[in-house]
Amino acid sequence: MTPLLADVQVETLAEDAWLLRFGETIDDAVNDRVHAAAAKLRANLENVECVPAYASLLLRFDVAQWLDDDGRFGGERLRAAIAAAWSERSSAEKAPREVSIPVCYDGVDLPEVATHARLSIEEVIARHTAARYRVAMLGFAPGFPYLLGLDPILAMPRRSNPRTSVPAGSVAIGGQQTGIYPQSLPGGWQLIGRTPMRLFDFAATSPSLLGPSDHVRFRAIDQGEYQRLADDVGSHP
Amino acid sequence: MSVEVIKPGLLTSLQDAGRTGYAPLGLGRAGAVDEPARRLANALVGNAGHEAALEITLAGPTLRFQHDTVVALTGGLIEARVEGQPLPAWTSCFLPAGSVLRLGGMRHGCRSYLAVRGGFDSALVLGSRSSDLHAGIGRAVQTGDIIAIGEHASADWFRSGRTMQALRWGLDPQPWLDYARAPLALLRGHHWEALDDASQHALFTQRFMVSKDSNRTGDRLEGAPLRLRLPLELISEATLPGTLQLPPSGQPIALLAEAPVTGGYPRIGQLAMVDLPRLAQRRPGDTVSFRETTLDEALQRLAEREASLQRLLQRIGQRLESA
Repeated sequence: MTPLLADVQVETLAEDAWLLRFGETIDDAVNDRVHAAAAKLRANLENVECVPAYASLLLRFDVAQWLDDDGRFGGERLRAAIAAAWSERSSAEKAPREVSIPVCYDGVDLPEVATHARLSIEEVIARHTAARYRVAMLGFAPGFPYLLGLDPILAMPRRSNPRTSVPAGSVAIGGQQTGIYPQSLPGGWQLIGRTPMRLFDFAATSPSLLGPSDHVRFRAIDQGEYQRLADDVGSHP
Repeated sequence: MSVEVIKPGLLTSLQDAGRTGYAPLGLGRAGAVDEPARRLANALVGNAGHEAALEITLAGPTLRFQHDTVVALTGGLIEARVEGQPLPAWTSCFLPAGSVLRLGGMRHGCRSYLAVRGGFDSALVLGSRSSDLHAGIGRAVQTGDIIAIGEHASADWFRSGRTMQALRWGLDPQPWLDYARAPLALLRGHHWEALDDASQHALFTQRFMVSKDSNRTGDRLEGAPLRLRLPLELISEATLPGTLQLPPSGQPIALLAEAPVTGGYPRIGQLAMVDLPRLAQRRPGDTVSFRETTLDEALQRLAEREASLQRLLQRIGQRLESA
C-alpha cells in the first residue's frame, strides 16, 4: 500500500481495479470523505467507475485504455490522472437529494426490537422516523441501501438464524444500520416495517430509488395508506 | 427467426459481455464466465462480438432451429448431435430450418457457448442481455421458450441447403480451453497477511476441490480449512470476479461473473484475470491449486492473451470473408 494523497491508501484489488481506503470503521465522517471523493472523481475522471462503500472507494477501469506505447500498463499515468482529478476545484457542491420513504411499522420483529431497546413500540417508531439517514452504500442486492444514522438505542444484533426469505419492501435493523430489502431475499436483519415503494426497477433508466450519499427520512403510514400506495406503485417485483 | 427450447439442460442462460456501470447501485456485471470462449463463438458465426450467446453448464439443452441458422460451439467440449450426426465444435456450422440440436454431457470443462449468426435477441435490461440469476434479471432457459435471433445478412461461406454443413477448418481449443489444469495464478489479497503461517503456506500448496454448491456467483473450494491468526472485524467493501474470500468455515470462495459488488469476508487473494476462464471451466469435483503471481506478471499475461485473442478474432474474420 502506498499513499496517493494524505492518509488515503491505494490498494491494487485486481489488474483493472484499485481501492482507495479512507478508514477501517463505519463512521459518518469517513463515509462523507468517500462520497466527496467519488463525486469529484466521477466529475473529473472519464471512463473510471467509482463504487463507494462505507470506508473505501473502488475505482474500476479498462486496462486497455491505460496502456503505454510499449504496451505496458501505465499505472503511474492513472495515478497522476486520479491525483489531478482530485485536486480540481470541485464544481458547485450539490446538496444531497432527500428521499422520503413511507413505512407501515408492523414488522414481525418490532416487539422484540422494542423490548431490546426498553422502549414502547410507539417510541421505536418515533425514533426511527425522527432521524435523517444517509445511504452509505448500496450492495448485497441491487438497490439495497445501507443507511447510516440509526438512533443508537435502536441498534440490535442480527438474528442468529437468518430467514430464508424476507419479503420485498421490508424495512429492517441490522446492528447499527437500517436498510430496506428491494426484493424478496434471504436475510438476518430485524424486520420492523414495510414500504410500498419500489426500490429497484430493472426497466427504468434510473433503476434505483436511492443512490449513494442520498439522504433518507422514513414517514409512518397506516395499513390503509400502505395499501393505497401499493396499488399506485404496482406490486413489488 | 428463432430457436425453440425443447429441453433446457442443467443451467442454460443468455450471456453477453455483461452490464457495466451499475455497481454503485448494487448491481454487478454478470456476463459470460468464459468471455474469450463467448467472443470466439461469436466470431465463428461472423458476429460483431457483443452479441449474446447461450452459456451451457455441464449438460446441454435440446434446441429446434425454426429457420436456417449458422451456429458455433466453443468452451467446454460437449456432446452435440443434429439428427444423429455429430456437430463439430470450435468451427462454423450451418443448420437447415427444422434442425434439432441435441447437446448432451460435457467431456471436458464446465461451460460451453453456443452462438448464432445475428445473436440471440432478448430484451436489453440496463444495456445488456445477460441473465443475472443472483440479482434476479432474466432466468435460466426453460422448456417451451422461444428465443429470437437478431436480424443479419446470410453467411457467404455456406450455401443454403437441406443438410448440416461445417467449415473444413476449425480452431484448436487450446490454449483457450485448459487441459493441463495447472495451478491458477493468484495475487495476495489485502487480508492474506491475517492468515496464520500454515494457512499462508497452504493457500499456495494445497489442492482444493470445487464443491457441488458452486454457481455463477462463485466456486466454493473444499480443502483443509484455512485459518486467520485472529478473527477480523471487517466492514463491507468492494468485491470482484476473481476475489478469493474466506468465510468463517475456512473454505474459500472464488467469486465469478455474478460476484456481489460488496462483501464483508476477508479477501485472501485475487485470481489473475487471465485465469478466471480457467477456473470457470473447472467442474464440481475437479481440483484447483494456486501459485503466487505478481501484478506485473498478471498484467503481462493479460496483455499477451488480449493480443493473441485479437489476432485470432481478426484471422477468423478474414478466413470467413475469403471462404
